[in-house]
Amino acid sequence: MSADQILDHILSVDHLSMRFGGIVAVNDLSFGAERRKITALIGPNGAGKTTVFNCITGFYKPTSGSMRLAHDDGHNIQLERLNDFRISKQAKVARTFQNIRLFPGMTALENLMVAQHNALMRASGLTLLGLIGAPSWRVAEKAAIDLARTWLERIDLLDRADDAAGNLPYGDQRRLEIARAMCTEPALLCLDEPAAGLNARESASLSELLLSIRANQGTSILLIEHDMSVVMEISDHVVVMDYGVKIAEGTPQHVRDDPRVIAAYLGADEEEAIAVMESGT
Amino acid sequence: MQTSRAPGVAFIFKKALISALVALVLFSLMIGVRTEAGSDGQLTYWTRFGDLAMMVATVFGGSIVVELLRQWWGPVGTVRVVPPQVTSALSFAGRLVAPVLLIFTFLVPVIFYNERYILDLGILVLTYVMLGWGLNVVVGLAGLLDLGYVAFYAVGAYSYALLATNFGLSFWICLPLAGILAAFWGVLLGFPVLRLRGDYLAIVTLAFGEIIRLVLLNWQSLTGGPNGVTGIPRPTMFGIPLSPGDDGLAAKLGIEFSPTHRIVFLFYLILALALLTNWVTIRLRRLPIGRAWEALREDEVACRALGINTTTTKLTAFATGAMFGGLAGAFFATRQGFISPESFTFHESALVLAIVVLGGMGSQLGVALAALAMIGGFELFRGLDQYRMLVFGMAMVLLMIWRPRGLIGHRAPTVFLERNQAISSDLVKEGHG
Ligand SMILES: Nc1ncnc2c1ncn2[C@@H]1O[C@H](COP(=O)(O)OP(=O)(O)O)[C@@H](O)[C@H]1O
Ligand SMILES: [Mg+2]
Repeated sequence: MSADQILDHILSVDHLSMRFGGIVAVNDLSFGAERRKITALIGPNGAGKTTVFNCITGFYKPTSGSMRLAHDDGHNIQLERLNDFRISKQAKVARTFQNIRLFPGMTALENLMVAQHNALMRASGLTLLGLIGAPSWRVAEKAAIDLARTWLERIDLLDRADDAAGNLPYGDQRRLEIARAMCTEPALLCLDEPAAGLNARESASLSELLLSIRANQGTSILLIEHDMSVVMEISDHVVVMDYGVKIAEGTPQHVRDDPRVIAAYLGADEEEAIAVMESGT
Repeated sequence: MQTSRAPGVAFIFKKALISALVALVLFSLMIGVRTEAGSDGQLTYWTRFGDLAMMVATVFGGSIVVELLRQWWGPVGTVRVVPPQVTSALSFAGRLVAPVLLIFTFLVPVIFYNERYILDLGILVLTYVMLGWGLNVVVGLAGLLDLGYVAFYAVGAYSYALLATNFGLSFWICLPLAGILAAFWGVLLGFPVLRLRGDYLAIVTLAFGEIIRLVLLNWQSLTGGPNGVTGIPRPTMFGIPLSPGDDGLAAKLGIEFSPTHRIVFLFYLILALALLTNWVTIRLRRLPIGRAWEALREDEVACRALGINTTTTKLTAFATGAMFGGLAGAFFATRQGFISPESFTFHESALVLAIVVLGGMGSQLGVALAALAMIGGFELFRGLDQYRMLVFGMAMVLLMIWRPRGLIGHRAPTVFLERNQAISSDLVKEGHG
């Protein structure tokens, strides 16, 4: 753990375990995510990656272990003590879902407005100022729309701003969900398989988007991904899980050559293993 | 099933046959065999196979008709057989409906000044429009199925009735109090049911409605029990009574007194209250709280991931809906001058919910049209006596075939950059809690 002192971790997961009855989905997992870096969490299906995310973002209460979030200003938050919506509101951790969870009947713009709920709630004086149309509310609303517009522009969806989110193509929905998470202005962004179901071109533009988020917003990113080309291209650090435990971690190159990683993927799925090995060559 | 032109004759026949078979099993004992106690108390029975055959044949035929209707006639929302020109013309006409309806409503007391019956009916319809709009916040926007809405109507009515008769408070002071008290009860109900979803929520709210009614029925010392509260003061025009006396409005204005004045006043009062409900709801939809309600209906998990406190969001929806119910209740009390628990049965909750569902959940115009159709329809079919409910039920079935998502089946976005385009109801979720 000497690395902990040198590296500036925004998120430190310590001895995290999560049991569902007899199933041990996550078993004594420890890792860190560096500030303003992209950390990838990879592993075969069922390794427990989504469960880790659900613990970090408060959807599951971990059986044991701790997760510490260290904000830029130096104050620390123990994530396991917060629950549900407070993780996003107070700890500033945003997430996306493996199965996209947009508000399908609302427009792309509305989706991004809902994401700014807490800020807007304050600006609307808990609705009262908004109800009477106070000027301060109008200004705040306009700023929120502008922020949403900026994000729509960045994900190339400005021309579809007024279309229902459920009507957008799959790839656009993925990007919109990321933009929506970013509209909460998070310190840590957790993405659960953002490249799943995307074609090569869409994957490339996703990588670009994530790199630009890291560069421009300074947001730290924790990423679960199966698409090895994305992982190898953009991540600064990779943590490999199998059967709920960490089996390797390090730079993408380091992890790719690790025999345990190859074995884990070979055991799970030949195609994935080949993808891991080929992505380097 | 709707997109491929016809599921085929075989399918329709199969479906009709199955329906007929079910009918045969059901009716063979209910209609086929008639039992009665004979003169000495022994059991006598006789068969009515003719009637049974007729019923089964009706079901068989009816099933075919319904299936054919389903193919030719709807659902309009999903089948895009209507050419775009017609659609755009319709949507243009649709945009005119609301203003025309509003202007007409304003003119009703002028046009029908001498027809007391129409005015009374108008007041009734507007009361249900207001209740529908109130419940729409809970069911249509937040997606929380509330079967006990009448409880808040009752709380509002009794609040006004008791405050006015016991403390002599005026209607205009009691009106906001009734709204606040109902909202308070809305929060109180909200707390225990927050964790519940779907059917469970529906059942608990249903029970809550019944509990309130039973309390009103049994708390004799306060509510008068089944006798209700009598002598509830009539509303005044901000202090000036609408009575024939010297200090009445008619005398003050120097015109001859007429009881119609009060009816007209009540008409405009409920119209104002309903429009207030509508205005506030439309306003709220464009505020973060309203968007959070709709987001909650769409996906609660995603809301939590975005830092939205779903508990308070649900509570505010319950409270807002309850408040409007309470205001409508206060109006009901002052209009009737007498209230009793009988006016607040589950039937009322069901009726208001039917209005919301029929109108198209979430649509303000749809709810208004549905209230007009339901309450007006009830009156229209009054001449049919015992067949009234039958005709009414049939009309509802036809409407649900034609428009499964309600009269106005699309959602208007709350904010837009360039185009304010409606969202098809296929995408909009109904909520699950
Ligand atoms: N809510 C739950 N209840 C029971 N078992 C669960 C639950 N969530 C996940 N699991 C189990 O935990 C294991 C890890 O799942 P998951 O975290 O989704 O894997 P991954 O995202 O790496 O594919 C699986 O065996 C899964 O069945
Ligand atoms: Mg997963």
